[in-house]
Amino acid sequence: MESPFDRNGLFSGLYGFFADLTPESFAWLAYLLAGVVVVFIVINGVMLLTAFETYMERRVLGRFQTRLGPNRVGPFGLLQPFADVFKLLIKEDLRPAMADRLTFFLAPVLMVAAILLVAAVVPFGPNTFLADLNIGVLFIVGIPTIATVAMFLGGWGSGNRFALLGAARAVAMLISYEVPMIVSLAGVLLLAGSMSLVDVVEAQRLPFIVLQPLGFFVFLVAASAEMNRSPFDLMEAESELTAGFHTEFSGIRFGLLQLAEFGELVIISAVLAVIFVSGWQNPFVSPDYAQWLPGQLWFLLKLVFFLLLFTWIRATLPRMRVDQVMAFAWKALFPLAIINTLVTAVLVVAWPEPEYGQLWIMAAINWAVAIACLVLFSRFLERHRERPTASVQLVEIPAEAS
Amino acid sequence: MVNLPSEQITINLGPQHPSTHGVFRLRVTLDGEVITDVEPIFGYLHRGTEKLAEERTYTQIVTLTDRLDYTSSMINNQAYVLAVEKLAGVTVPPRGQYLRVLTAELQRIASHLMGVGFFLQDLGASGTPLMYCFRERERILDLFEMLCGARVTVSYMRPGGVFQEPPPEFWPAVRHLLDTTPDAIAELERLISENEIVLARTKGVGVLTKEKAIDSAVSGPNLRASGVAWDLRKADPYDVYADMDFAVPVGSNGDSYDRFLVRVMEVHQSIRIAEQCYRDMPGGPVRSELPFFFRPPPGDAYAHVEASKGELGFYLVSDGGIAPYRCKIRSPSFINLTVLAEMLIGWKVADLMVIFGSLDVNMGEVDR
Amino acid sequence: MTRALQSAEVVERLQGVAAEAVSVAAEGEVRVAPESLVTVCRFLKEEPEFAMDYLSSITGVDYLDSFEVVYHLTSLTHNHSLVLKTTLHGRDDISAPSLTEVWEAADLQEREVWDLMGVRFTGHPNLKRVLTWEGFPGHPLRKDHLGG
Repeated sequence: MESPFDRNGLFSGLYGFFADLTPESFAWLAYLLAGVVVVFIVINGVMLLTAFETYMERRVLGRFQTRLGPNRVGPFGLLQPFADVFKLLIKEDLRPAMADRLTFFLAPVLMVAAILLVAAVVPFGPNTFLADLNIGVLFIVGIPTIATVAMFLGGWGSGNRFALLGAARAVAMLISYEVPMIVSLAGVLLLAGSMSLVDVVEAQRLPFIVLQPLGFFVFLVAASAEMNRSPFDLMEAESELTAGFHTEFSGIRFGLLQLAEFGELVIISAVLAVIFVSGWQNPFVSPDYAQWLPGQLWFLLKLVFFLLLFTWIRATLPRMRVDQVMAFAWKALFPLAIINTLVTAVLVVAWPEPEYGQLWIMAAINWAVAIACLVLFSRFLERHRERPTASVQLVEIPAEAS
Repeated sequence: MVNLPSEQITINLGPQHPSTHGVFRLRVTLDGEVITDVEPIFGYLHRGTEKLAEERTYTQIVTLTDRLDYTSSMINNQAYVLAVEKLAGVTVPPRGQYLRVLTAELQRIASHLMGVGFFLQDLGASGTPLMYCFRERERILDLFEMLCGARVTVSYMRPGGVFQEPPPEFWPAVRHLLDTTPDAIAELERLISENEIVLARTKGVGVLTKEKAIDSAVSGPNLRASGVAWDLRKADPYDVYADMDFAVPVGSNGDSYDRFLVRVMEVHQSIRIAEQCYRDMPGGPVRSELPFFFRPPPGDAYAHVEASKGELGFYLVSDGGIAPYRCKIRSPSFINLTVLAEMLIGWKVADLMVIFGSLDVNMGEVDR
Repeated sequence: MTRALQSAEVVERLQGVAAEAVSVAAEGEVRVAPESLVTVCRFLKEEPEFAMDYLSSITGVDYLDSFEVVYHLTSLTHNHSLVLKTTLHGRDDISAPSLTEVWEAADLQEREVWDLMGVRFTGHPNLKRVLTWEGFPGHPLRKDHLGG
């Protein structure tokens, strides 16, 4: 039987190690032990990355905003995330009187669980992953929707009207953005010919960002909406809804929600790195030659690049309004994703087994389509023909003699 | 489109809320995201300034005025001392007048930067524009610290002039500020003022018509954004504004974007005025001496200035004593709130903060 | 410079509207009897010669035996100003007509005068306290208010 774990080098090694220790008839135990160890490593790896991401985001955002950011706890403030978690742990865990006990308890747990589940299928390097699921791509777009349910549970269960509004926004928005997000991946799947993330990475002789610029754009935008990052951070819009669905959460429950939020950022960046910039592969040297950096490090570099990109977007853009966000999903992103899929499908039919040169031709066609579409759509969606600042004019008023 | 009725919910935005700019409460009734009814409730910061003024001497009241609109203390000082001078017929030496105009314009820059910064913050811009604005404001507050030792509650002006001669290091610092601030503001403008999301969020949102604005006695940048070219520095010049060469930015749509842009452009005009003050600063005393127990003759006087939020007026009634018999403060933020409820109904919750932020209301001044 | 109107001329023009009700108070100030306040204000606002479109400020002053309500009017069209004063006798349950139907600007300002000075404005659509809370004892700006 081919199990989804067979291609996992770490797992095979550990399984071999435990199998030697245990009697023949206890192979399941070795299997279990090896699984637990790998899961432990992956979960903690993701958590550590998330902790690092919160630190990095605060430092980088600080730089954007001409201030320093956390720099007191440990060298360069590196221990700040741990201090934060410790503080949250010792805080009082409040539950509002109007809150629904079950949903209020479930929401943070479900959110974290959903995010960590996705980590199971992300290949962090060659043979470094938990499971090579043959429906990996579906898994990474499907499982985070559980987090949406959790948000709604949390918002509804808090018994707070701000939270309820935030939850309602979350559901409306996330459902809308699921659609373009999934459709934008169709082109990638057509090119890779497989839904396994490992196969997707290995299929990238050219990084898919070169072949799928439009798909990348749609996925990036939809993903930042999915993660409820600026400019789509409607559901916890601080200036409007105080904190949206997690208004009432405190102590470690709040900590878990924050973990889920930043964890999702890390996971989505990892997915972007895997799907669009060829994961652990060196973008400059073909995999057939000697590598001068381990694949895991390449992966990490690409991951950090996307984290920085998201921080940059957050530092720059204001928030959109709820109806504008929805209109953007349905009027711009969805058609763009469909166009991308159609063009890619035609190209794949034309060159089922493309040569390296033909790949570049495909890339050129895709870029042309992408630029044409983006220009057309921005024209179509633009409302301000004349220069917007023209509405205010300087008027010279004669100062009447005093 | 079918209009589906849904259960309306009432929420209290404030008095503890990240974007009500102080202790202000809006009782909002929502149908989904759409606002169907608004009731502004305030007074949480009411300190009885007008009553306190009746028990203080004319000089002591200056400190009370600092605490009205705490983002533009200098201009509050100026409005008050002008009223006292009008009441008592005191003349101010030219250097004092120039210093007043210089500091008032610097304060206007600081206040507008804060208004613009928080407006963009309410749009959800994660603090970056706000920090840009605060960086410049900080430099202006440093100048005030040189003048009088205080940064926010300055109490720099006195009936008859200003508190004291600026220290020698003040002038190079002003020069440096005037040289560098325009670039910093331009940087902010490049970042944000033609950003597509800002345009989508503010263009056409919260329109205040010209007629409505005048009828409701809206003043300041909000009035000018609605297309009324009315600036008390031009219409009723006080101190040395009549000698200053500057233009008044006037909007045409009366929407949130125009209110935002009018403020940004006024910053440039304020720099222009400050530049002229720096250039033409006359010598001589900064204050005409008044007796310690200063007793204006019985009577009343109303003086108004173009404060950063609008027309700030002081109506003083004297009974010949050392304290005013009545000191009424015509606060622009308070009267600008008259139009708030009407502007908000029909918009979404997200627009509420944009519209409220674009009015640039200061609760210290509303509640007094 | 905003020009203060000559009170004598204004009073003369107002003779046709409310003859006995108006008199010269001081330079640039006209005293109006409370009964004719709305008529006078509407005239001042609508007559093109005056065009007092902007109600700057409403003030209540406590003179112990009487209260005075002071209206600062400005014309943005002509850039001139006028002060109207009206005297209300007595201390308890005093009232003046509301100007909300002439200028919307009177809305919050009259509420403030009611709240702090205890002058009731008849005809105001929503005369509630604005700076203090409902149930606050007395009106704090009155000279006989001792506080709590």
